[in-house]
Amino acid sequence: MKRTKRRYLALQLEVESIPSEREIMDSIWAAVTRLFGEVGASLTGLAMIKFNVERRIVVIRTSLVSLLSVRASLASIVSIAGSDASVYVLAISGTLKALYARIE
Amino acid sequence: MKRQFVDLHIRLNPRDQKTAQGIIVKAEKLGYSKVGVPNQENLAGQINNWGLQTGIDFVSRIDYKPRNQEDLTRFLRKYRRKYEIICVQCENKETARQAAKDRRVDLLNFPSLDYHKRFFDRAEAELSSKCQSALEIDIKPLLVLEGPHRTRLLSMLQREVALAVRFHVPIVISSGIFEEKFLRKPRDMASLGLLFGLGEKESLDAVSTNPVAIVDRNREKLSSSFIAPGIKLLRGGKKV
Repeated sequence: MKRTKRRYLALQLEVESIPSEREIMDSIWAAVTRLFGEVGASLTGLAMIKFNVERRIVVIRTSLVSLLSVRASLASIVSIAGSDASVYVLAISGTLKALYARIE
Repeated sequence: MKRQFVDLHIRLNPRDQKTAQGIIVKAEKLGYSKVGVPNQENLAGQINNWGLQTGIDFVSRIDYKPRNQEDLTRFLRKYRRKYEIICVQCENKETARQAAKDRRVDLLNFPSLDYHKRFFDRAEAELSSKCQSALEIDIKPLLVLEGPHRTRLLSMLQREVALAVRFHVPIVISSGIFEEKFLRKPRDMASLGLLFGLGEKESLDAVSTNPVAIVDRNREKLSSSFIAPGIKLLRGGKKV
């Protein structure tokens, strides 16, 4: 079977109160589902890798084929767990090692 | 060459200078090099200071909702030489057609909420293609609207963008925001182009190459050395 290519995204959160990992993922899933439907969301292979609370940086994983859809969905997020929020993509990479090197 | 990113539509409230400054500082932080602020004469002094502090290049812009053709023509005659960008907000078909065929108009903007007033059809696209006026798409409604309203807007935008691409009408993606929280990184803003059928390159061009080309073209025309398209004064001679 052909291996699925993945991309790792480092995201900068701008939120009033710090949300939990679950709340962040819920809002990302909700944004993807709103824009691309449940089937579209199921193809993204989204997963939370790490949440740095101090720097408010989130690292997530997605499949390469749905990278653009995920990026558009991230841009459409205006609130997380009921408080105003903005999500910016800091870096995108094919490996976690390269991603961490870029955001350090 | 590194892309220059431009947001041609940031609305600043002259009565709330703190928020306005916050938006400009954030725009610079997010990577915009040029920012278009409509009707900036109310903030003229402040804008010069913010420009010096942040290094952002401010583009003067005026938005106008003409009542009819004559009103638009009068307006263009009066303001074309005063502003770098002229955006016409088309509220009826008559003004939409006139704006599309007038070379002095840079951007065509249509109301996001009233779908009956979006007149960017085949005829409009053909006219704007001949006159180089661009279709401006604000992303703020896409962030604010939800459910059927957003679906309807996306459907309209997909149809309009397909026409614009077919007739080679430049597309400009702007934020149209007045609050800091809706400002997005240029590449994130471009990624929203996917929702209305733009490819990756076309979306990036809509936030960089297309607006930069409009600003450069108009700055050249407004410069004192400009004589006619393709002709400019290099050096003045002595009067005999």
